[in-house]
Amino acid sequence: MSGAGGSTSRHLLSAGDLSRDEALLVLDTAAELEQVLASSTVGKLPTLRGRTVVNLFFEDSTRTKTSFELAAKRLSADVISFAAKGSSVSKGESLKDTALTLEAMGADGIVIRHSWSGAPVNLAHHVRGAVVNAGDGTHEHPTQALLDAYTVRQRLGRLEGLRVTIVGDVLHSRVARSNVLLLHTLGAEVTLVAPPTLLPVGVETWPCAVSYDLDAVLPKSDVVMMLRVQRERMGVSYFPSSREYSRRYGLDVRRAAVLGDDAIVMHPGPMNRGIEIAPEVADGPRSTIVSQVANGVTVRMAVLYLLLGSAEPAIGVEVTRG
Amino acid sequence: MAESWLLRGVLPYGEGAPVDVRLADGRVAELAPGLAPGSSRVLEAAGQVLLPGLVDLHTHLREPGREDAETVETGTRAAAAGGFTAVHAMANTDPVADNAGVVEQVWRLGREAGHCDVAPVGAVTIGLRGEALSELGTMADSAARVRVFSDDGLCVSDASLMRRALEYVKAFDGVIAQHAQEPRLTVGAQMNEGVVSSRLGLTGWPSVAEEAVIARDCLLAAHVRSRLHVCHVSTRGSVDILRLAKARGIDVTAEVTPHHLLLTDEAACGYDATFKVNPPLRTQDDVDAVREGLADGTLDVVATDHAPHTSQDKETEWGAALPGMTGLETALAVVAETMVLPGRLTWRQVADRMSARPAVIGRLEGHGRPLAVGEPANLALVDTGAAWTVDPAASVSRSRNTPFAGRRLPVRVTATFLRGARTHGEG
Repeated sequence: MSGAGGSTSRHLLSAGDLSRDEALLVLDTAAELEQVLASSTVGKLPTLRGRTVVNLFFEDSTRTKTSFELAAKRLSADVISFAAKGSSVSKGESLKDTALTLEAMGADGIVIRHSWSGAPVNLAHHVRGAVVNAGDGTHEHPTQALLDAYTVRQRLGRLEGLRVTIVGDVLHSRVARSNVLLLHTLGAEVTLVAPPTLLPVGVETWPCAVSYDLDAVLPKSDVVMMLRVQRERMGVSYFPSSREYSRRYGLDVRRAAVLGDDAIVMHPGPMNRGIEIAPEVADGPRSTIVSQVANGVTVRMAVLYLLLGSAEPAIGVEVTRG
Repeated sequence: MAESWLLRGVLPYGEGAPVDVRLADGRVAELAPGLAPGSSRVLEAAGQVLLPGLVDLHTHLREPGREDAETVETGTRAAAAGGFTAVHAMANTDPVADNAGVVEQVWRLGREAGHCDVAPVGAVTIGLRGEALSELGTMADSAARVRVFSDDGLCVSDASLMRRALEYVKAFDGVIAQHAQEPRLTVGAQMNEGVVSSRLGLTGWPSVAEEAVIARDCLLAAHVRSRLHVCHVSTRGSVDILRLAKARGIDVTAEVTPHHLLLTDEAACGYDATFKVNPPLRTQDDVDAVREGLADGTLDVVATDHAPHTSQDKETEWGAALPGMTGLETALAVVAETMVLPGRLTWRQVADRMSARPAVIGRLEGHGRPLAVGEPANLALVDTGAAWTVDPAASVSRSRNTPFAGRRLPVRVTATFLRGARTHGEG
């Protein structure tokens, strides 16, 4: 069994857990890893050899799961995928019992995706290994925010002072929550744009600006981040129709034309082409969508490395077990 | 007949000079300084506050159905430990207490246990489904003498059905105790909707979902000249509406729970489902408002909403956990902490809010009576110098889901008497 015992464990549960220095350390580490890997012939580093990373996905997510799997494998960790479907989890086992099982098996790191907000926090109370939140309910998705920040810095050279506009279903978006927190920490100015029905009560206390008017905000944006619109929201009257949504909040060719020369367009995927983003924009030169996917692996390598690479983790929060 | 007791040196309602109180034949036999022990068993209680036995309008005893969380026996023992001599057992059991058979069973189990009187609450609608009235009159006429009817846990949201229920129970002096929650505004709701829920990504339970139903029900009660009781009021807006309704002369009463007097939605921040409850913990402004409401009488009573749950129903993801927290053993201490120590209520007013008024609302005979010679000896003794730390493992209740674990509370119930027989205390 590999040794999680003895060392201190820290977790990445919220983008708000990261100080500015920690967040920059993740981005800088990712940049270094990218360089090292580019010059490596095997495409793999021995850093986490002998360490076990468990992918615990209670919710389907091919891209995030694959991304974490690749990240761990490129660091030579042993990776176990523990999909909820087909495991004891689907037979009604509680999160606590799953956690105790993983603990007994000696997992050093646990990457968890869950449909309930806060499940990674609950898990962290029961395990010694480091917990990485890979998306919990409508709460947070901190590694998505990190890879977004990494992508912005890669394309625009900095984050400090950049004007970032996040457009869409903020109410149900864990990506938006994590991005607001992290971008604020890193000195960017964030504006949320959404129909009022898709903004949470209390959003005025978040460290960002809010607008209902995309056309007014776009010309002043260095980065536009489009969120996925879920069609099922229509049935409960968050907005009248996808056509109207698209007309008022979609990034079409006409709207993209008012963006500054260097402005970039992002999307965490999966996209609804023709609804929140026009295909021409998604595939156009401003789009970072493909590099976001590639950067996802690198940034997740950095996170795993900084949490598991040494006896004293360099980032994250501690949680009292019990 | 119970043995005779002599309580020595107590302060009735925490007032005046110490007196001795003799309990005999189930009643307060004497109340004066310097009583001779005679054949009475002496309880030295110098300086302790003597209150009439507490009456809870809102208790979940879980039996029948969830005896792994609580039984009538364990729940009423917990009640006695908290100074209660009567509790109203909510109807959301399995099977639901929507017929004379179930309410009589619960009532009988309470009598057999003997720790405190159990007044079963009858479900307003069959199966708590909110569709058709239960046989309210049959439950009223049963041995359980049901007077309080509630679908608690669920709201009687259909306005027409609520109107009929309010009207119908007038025939036997019943009251509808409404769990005010507009269901369409609270689909999937997990906690108070506000700053904290927006941060935690938990679906919000907006204040307006409670307030809108209370406003509607007050107007309905006025229209059909019925009395209405509102369960667990949790928001400032609700207190405002109730204050207005009472000023208009509407026959409405309302309760607040100890946890809504003390805790806020910030408690949800660690996703510890111990703090998940319905209605949810609100903001500090709401806490301030319910304290003011209880002080000025807008909120008539403190009721525990004691809601025991097993650990497997609580040690889980917030969204998957069941709502509710235990409260019988800590209620009086929390009221002391939030209301008495800061000078918002006197002990005499506590006796009013936790004994006299709930007994009147529930039409319970023999409870909520004044501390006077000849009255039933339903009593609680409170040591105001005995601060203690809440330890869930030491709960008398079968469940451990107290939100006050580790918290230091200022006073402790040292003894409880039901018709002169001690139901709690040692020595």
